[in-house]
Amino acid sequence: MPRFLFPELVLKAENLSCRRGGRLIFEGLSFRLGNSEAIALTGRNGAGKSSLIAMLCGRLRPAGGEMRIEGAEDAPLAELSHLVGHRDGLKVTLTAQENLVFAQALLGEAGASPQDALSAVGLPHVAGLPVGYLSAGQRRRVALARLLVSRRPFWLLDEPMAALDAAAQAMLAGLMRDHLAQGGAILAATHGPLGLETARELRIGP
Amino acid sequence: MIRAFLAILKRDLLLASRAGGGGELALVFFLTLVVLVPFALGPDLNLLSRIGPAILWLGALLSTLIGLDRLFQSDEEDGSLDLIRASALPLELSVLAKGLAHWLTTGLPLALAAPLLGLLVALPAEAMLPIAATLLAGTPALSFIGAAAAALTAGLRRGGLILPVLVAPLTIPVLIFGVSAANSALGGTVPFLTPFLILCALSLGSIVIGTVAAGVALRQAD
Repeated sequence: MPRFLFPELVLKAENLSCRRGGRLIFEGLSFRLGNSEAIALTGRNGAGKSSLIAMLCGRLRPAGGEMRIEGAEDAPLAELSHLVGHRDGLKVTLTAQENLVFAQALLGEAGASPQDALSAVGLPHVAGLPVGYLSAGQRRRVALARLLVSRRPFWLLDEPMAALDAAAQAMLAGLMRDHLAQGGAILAATHGPLGLETARELRIGP
Repeated sequence: MIRAFLAILKRDLLLASRAGGGGELALVFFLTLVVLVPFALGPDLNLLSRIGPAILWLGALLSTLIGLDRLFQSDEEDGSLDLIRASALPLELSVLAKGLAHWLTTGLPLALAAPLLGLLVALPAEAMLPIAATLLAGTPALSFIGAAAAALTAGLRRGGLILPVLVAPLTIPVLIFGVSAANSALGGTVPFLTPFLILCALSLGSIVIGTVAAGVALRQAD
């Protein structure tokens, strides 16, 4: 019986540096992230938190340093991780249910059903509504429901608490605790508290 | 992997069927262009039927181009492209699914509507089917050449007109062989199959090259 639902994986980043538009954003960033670990990524505006997340999901190439995953057979991090960022990745003319069915088929490793995932984020009643009719906070919750419909060990969250009310923030903290208990790992860029006692802080810049 | 491919195809077809999908707009634009031509040229039926195939082909080309810039741009803007990048499905196959959906919602309806619009440019009845066939065989090339350009311009805000300017020169061979195949169906010394088979080859080649080029362009984004 394995200890966790997810295989043993360690993400190691060494001496990462980031350059955008010729300007050095940060350099010499090293960290490791293993099973059941959470990192709260902090730093002032423009420090490079979103850039680091873009790098991890393969959208941006690091200007220096390296990152690798130990324990995975050459699957890139992008295929092992969920990304919930500023852009919700939802189609406004499709219903919440249709968006989640699409995400589940696209990302594979089916977890909860779209309906169950919507219930888990407290929106069971919006399944049939086009996402365009939802408020910013509700959209963010539908995007967070994507974390549940497909099982991936790494969650990369860019300011996940933005637009969420207090109850939804507590709900997200609960989801993150469940994910850590199953052996998943979380890296979340944030300005406020994440509600996770075990999270380490990784600060970019001064 | 097949599941992810079908998911993208199905989603894009669903999006096209919803309000603002763009598929029906191309068809209406095609109709408008073809309806305007007889008014501009006057009631010379011989002239109309001689240049009819060229008008239908130009109309189809322009109608394909108008919605093409949104092919990847809308996915880039709302973050869906990050989702597609995070899939285990190779980016080239995602492009293939999106290009296929684009053709099914744009090129295919245009080809099916062409015989009807042929009436407006006084095409003889026996030329209707060959013309629809040339559009059916040629429009995939337009969709996939356009997909490569759409991938290049995905990150540009307000890049709307750049795309037709990029794509139009690349579609010249398709236009030449499409129109000449359609003309040969109206009579002449060239057998229909000669230009038609080259047109098919152009389409098949464009599907491969356009798919790979768009995949490379999307990887370079940022």
